[in-house]
Amino acid sequence: MTETALKRTALFEQHRALGARMVPFGGWEMPVQYRGVLEEHEAVRTKAGLFDVSHMGELVVDGPGALDAVQRVVTNDASTLEVGQVQYAAMCLPTGGTVDDLTVYRLGPERYLLCVNAANIDKDFAWVTEQAGATPGATIRNESDQWSLLALQGPRAEAILGGLTRADLAGLAYYHCTPAEVDGVPAIVSRTGYTCEDGFEIFVPWNAGPQIWRRILEAGAGEGIQPIGLGARDTLRLEMKYALYGHELDETTTPLEAGLGWIVKLDKGDFVGRDALAKQKAEGIRKKLVGFEVEGSGIARAGQTIHRPGDAAPVGTVTSGTMSPTLRKPIGLGYVPPDLAAVGTALEVDVRGRRVPIRVVKTPFVPSHTKKAA
Amino acid sequence: MKFPADLKYTKDHEWLRREGNVAVVGITDHAQDALGDVVFVELPQVGAAVKAKGTFGVVESVKAVSDLYSPVTGTVIEVNSSLPDNPETVNKDPYGQGWMIKVEMSDPTEIDGLMSAADYEAYLKES
Repeated sequence: MTETALKRTALFEQHRALGARMVPFGGWEMPVQYRGVLEEHEAVRTKAGLFDVSHMGELVVDGPGALDAVQRVVTNDASTLEVGQVQYAAMCLPTGGTVDDLTVYRLGPERYLLCVNAANIDKDFAWVTEQAGATPGATIRNESDQWSLLALQGPRAEAILGGLTRADLAGLAYYHCTPAEVDGVPAIVSRTGYTCEDGFEIFVPWNAGPQIWRRILEAGAGEGIQPIGLGARDTLRLEMKYALYGHELDETTTPLEAGLGWIVKLDKGDFVGRDALAKQKAEGIRKKLVGFEVEGSGIARAGQTIHRPGDAAPVGTVTSGTMSPTLRKPIGLGYVPPDLAAVGTALEVDVRGRRVPIRVVKTPFVPSHTKKAA
Repeated sequence: MKFPADLKYTKDHEWLRREGNVAVVGITDHAQDALGDVVFVELPQVGAAVKAKGTFGVVESVKAVSDLYSPVTGTVIEVNSSLPDNPETVNKDPYGQGWMIKVEMSDPTEIDGLMSAADYEAYLKES
């Protein structure tokens, strides 16, 4: 067995000091939990939580050709972005399969930041370079090792961050970002997240990560802030039906199948994957992502097969499943044929050889509390 | 972390308390801590036959699924029916309210092959 050294964020010692349990994730050694997934989940839903997401990647595209380069590789229409606006998007293969899902930040008139998944940083950088590197007037750099990224999420997030910056947080709309000083450190503060609570993602220089981490935890102590690991990050995003690359999205799955048609702008001009996606949109998708609740006893887990009640042959696969801490019942996401995707459809999951009934339900599973767009 | 001296332990992190010919079985403090918040427990029916080192159920945390292994061979005479509705009891009181099954042992000498608390602690340190 070959052992690849796991990468560590600038906050590794902080996590250890807080008693975090560290696990490998996407090539990184990351905290999966500090005090417990359920308690951390609850803290984010009711108070505030601080996540180290520095493992995520930052690709910066700039120059007069920056927009052209970005438009070439992303499915969403980045030309609609004003400076200081953020957009969710996907990058696709010519087949329409998903290379990655990402957020696109327009940091300046000719400067874009692509925030990508940790496990895909090298693949994405190579892909963007290959597909758009020759765009006249555009340079593409991988700045992933220059940025620490912290996510402060929860109803008390604005009150906590407000004590550390003079930026107008109340005026910062959902999916917008602004340069700001946080505790004297130059940062980019973005009103985004992966929890469906109000909150911020804060980019700071790599070495400033520990200082900002500590200061936010201190500032939030009276508000009940807790550090949050990947365990609760997963349950929080799952309750919102947010896709996790490697589960709901991969190179064999298109954004249309994942229910992300709203980030595929076929009329924006050509981009990688456009023809395949246009064809699929016209002909119809073969599988569709649904959310379900388990009605029997058991928790559905990723990889388990989905069946019509009583049928031996599977019709689909579970991509994520957990016990919802908010609903206190097992929920999951999975792909099924479109004719079995209607809300209310009764299906079964094979849970280690036992058939457990599930039902397709409306998503998100819980109400969203993100700040409304301005 | 606690490992009561009156219990016997397995390498799969179950404990056993002998009450005459009956073995009370649960998972150790180490096991509950390693699992994290327990959110689901699946136990056998009363009357089910269990074998030493054979599975008798499943315990799941938010993230992980773990099989439960019986330390001894015998027949399940009682299960902790409060656990499916209160799985967090396994975290809060693994050696008390968090017990899982009671087994009528067919061969109580199997207990001799289990670890003492001191042996189990030493086993945890080296693994």
